[in-house]
Amino acid sequence: MAKSKTPSTVAAGDDTFALRSLQDAHDANPRYAASDEQLLTFYEQMLLIRRFEEKAGQLYGLGLIGGFCHLYIGQEAVAVGLQSALDGGKDSVITGYRDHGHMLAYGIDPKVIMAELTGRGAGISRGKGGSMHMFSTEHKFYGGHGIVGAQVPLGAGLAFAHQYAEDGGLCMAYFGDGAANQGQVYEAFNMAALWNLPIIFVVENNGYAMGTAVQRGSAETHFHRRGTAFRIPGISVNGMDVLEVRSAAEVAVAHVRSGKGPVLMELITYRYRGHSMSDPAKYRSREEVQEMRDKHDPIDAAKAELLKRGVAEDRLKELEKQIRSKVNEAADFAENSPEPEMSELYTDVLVERY
Amino acid sequence: MAIELKMPALSPTMEEGTLAKWLVKEGDTVKSGDILAEIETDKATMEFESIDEGVIGKILVAEGTEGVKVGTVIAVIGDGEVTAAPPAAAPEPAPSTHTAVTPPAPKARANDPEVPVGTQMRQCTVREALRDAMAEEMRRDARVFVMGEEVAQYQGAYKVTQGLLDEFGPKRVIDTPITEYGFAGIGAGAAMGGLRPIVEFMTFNFAMQAIDHVINSAAKTNYMSGGQMRCPVVFRGPNGAASRVGAQHSQNYGPWYASVPGLIVIAPYDAADAKGLLKAAIRSEDPVVFLENELVYGRSFDLPELDDHVLPIGKARIMREGKDVTIVSYSIGVGLALEAADLLAGEGIDAEVLDLRTLRPLDREAVLTSLAKTNRVVVAEEGWPQCSIASEIIAICMEDGFDNLDAPVLRVCNEDVPLPYAANLEKAAIIDAARIAAAVRQVCYR
Repeated sequence: MAKSKTPSTVAAGDDTFALRSLQDAHDANPRYAASDEQLLTFYEQMLLIRRFEEKAGQLYGLGLIGGFCHLYIGQEAVAVGLQSALDGGKDSVITGYRDHGHMLAYGIDPKVIMAELTGRGAGISRGKGGSMHMFSTEHKFYGGHGIVGAQVPLGAGLAFAHQYAEDGGLCMAYFGDGAANQGQVYEAFNMAALWNLPIIFVVENNGYAMGTAVQRGSAETHFHRRGTAFRIPGISVNGMDVLEVRSAAEVAVAHVRSGKGPVLMELITYRYRGHSMSDPAKYRSREEVQEMRDKHDPIDAAKAELLKRGVAEDRLKELEKQIRSKVNEAADFAENSPEPEMSELYTDVLVERY
Repeated sequence: MAIELKMPALSPTMEEGTLAKWLVKEGDTVKSGDILAEIETDKATMEFESIDEGVIGKILVAEGTEGVKVGTVIAVIGDGEVTAAPPAAAPEPAPSTHTAVTPPAPKARANDPEVPVGTQMRQCTVREALRDAMAEEMRRDARVFVMGEEVAQYQGAYKVTQGLLDEFGPKRVIDTPITEYGFAGIGAGAAMGGLRPIVEFMTFNFAMQAIDHVINSAAKTNYMSGGQMRCPVVFRGPNGAASRVGAQHSQNYGPWYASVPGLIVIAPYDAADAKGLLKAAIRSEDPVVFLENELVYGRSFDLPELDDHVLPIGKARIMREGKDVTIVSYSIGVGLALEAADLLAGEGIDAEVLDLRTLRPLDREAVLTSLAKTNRVVVAEEGWPQCSIASEIIAICMEDGFDNLDAPVLRVCNEDVPLPYAANLEKAAIIDAARIAAAVRQVCYR
């Protein structure tokens, strides 16, 4: 049977689709030209996440944090580099359950995050969400979702709302290399591309879907290529360098902001800790982790660069001290504030009364 | 030798149609594949194609005729003398038990106290009532939009969204690919982002693919966020058994969704409730699962002519007042309960029929008040018996109405099997008025 050219096949002509254009743009200018002050801010944000997560791990060990708790240690450059390129006033962010870092990168008070981890009434979700379910609509941070991959269509919905309201915003939807194998991710890709939604899909590829190494679970391990079938251009980015991340984010944001539809970014990163606090991480060698820590740590690298640029070591030390005390304060607050009132059990189930 | 052309059934639920237009006339020669006529079904205008060859001998039903029953001879090919042998004894014709329901006598109907006495009424199908509810809310609030499979250009797989694209345009009436999980998530996300999505599932059977977003994303987020993040989305579409579509397309999900805190679940029966409650659902700040029924779409009911007919969520309605026994039901079951009540009236049993309308939050008070009045309860539910709404009503009666009971509460549910395709088995598997009446006699010790 002869193929007839329908209007839709004409509209999808190949000349409109430049698969590698964003990668080329990123490669042409791989590192963001940050001022000393900007780099210092990135360093501060990353260090805050690192120290916060270390403290959270400690509190978990003490039994003060329960359930599942997924730490972001090692991946800090991703959230900091990407979110620094967003317009906090109008863009939205959504992620999965490894969400503490994304909130801290947005400047949300560590106290209310830590108090949520310890399940206290002062927590950002009043103690009813926990580590995986935190939100700040004030910061347009939409969670914090516990079902692997669910945040991807939800993010496409947020992008849909930006487009519908014509507010100029975009959505950044994070997910992991594990979630990248969920079918709903591709349903969202299809509709996002079909409707030209303003969304940046971000795969944080930390090498392991829980205990399954990427190559054991994924036929195509280059996740940035996975948008090709939906005409979504991809960018592969070194997620262990905050300036490379930021530079790539600029390319992606410019593309989406100019109305050209979704972008798929793959951030190659690494988590130093287990999948969650209860994961002994026996599926990889100690040497592998140590190699990443020693040679690719985003925070060490930023520090070295700051020193090389001539930023005084004392200034960095002072900063580290401030961060430690901020985290300790958050931990004290989280430990000492009361659990939710029993009356909270039945609040917020529904918004209205019927 | 003549061949009879009969009014075809062009959809699973079609019982009659309009012979919109003849495309041939008497004396025309036709061959297999020629389009003979256009026929309007309950869902669409369809072409009626010839599978025979010959000369059109006689046209028996004129174009423009409405209400032509499926199986009626509408034309004859050949000389008009039918020589074909009559068909062998066929199984009983297809219509399911539901479709045989006769509308209850209006005198037996109780007025909805929510509708002012003396309000002008007009006849309206449930399908139109639902469409009008959406259109009115879309006019009222620019944040409201509708998305789903075939809702726009096709005008709705069941015609419920008919005309919305013309009025509101493609920005607000959005055809999705066949990808329930994805678009349910997009709908929920858009609601989190401040919009008021109406997500149509072509049927709730397909929402199984999307149930994670209905429950984990939509229902739980407000609680998990300590009240920060709302998800005011409406998931709507037909639910329950249709007609002869087999097990995978015939299921009542009312009990599933009604078990989930954080969801509102509505399952209306008539046009007034369909409209008033869908408008309320769209306005609600909470996520709503709105369960319709395909077999009821085409039925006409009284609809109050009010500028803004909005009903309260969570309130049951007495559809027929009675003093001897209460039949509790919802959705299509209400029609069967009313039919049973009419049957029983002839035997001197005065049954009250209570339509739950909302399955969550459930109107316990209405159930218990009616129980206190009649002292006997039967629950009629077009759905499986185990872990059903019926089970829940029985539990409520036991917990809080025990002292008022003069007999054990009985439930009349579908048979506990996947719904069979064969007409006789399907009929046997689904509740009907006779079974409800039998249960009522039992609780009345008659």
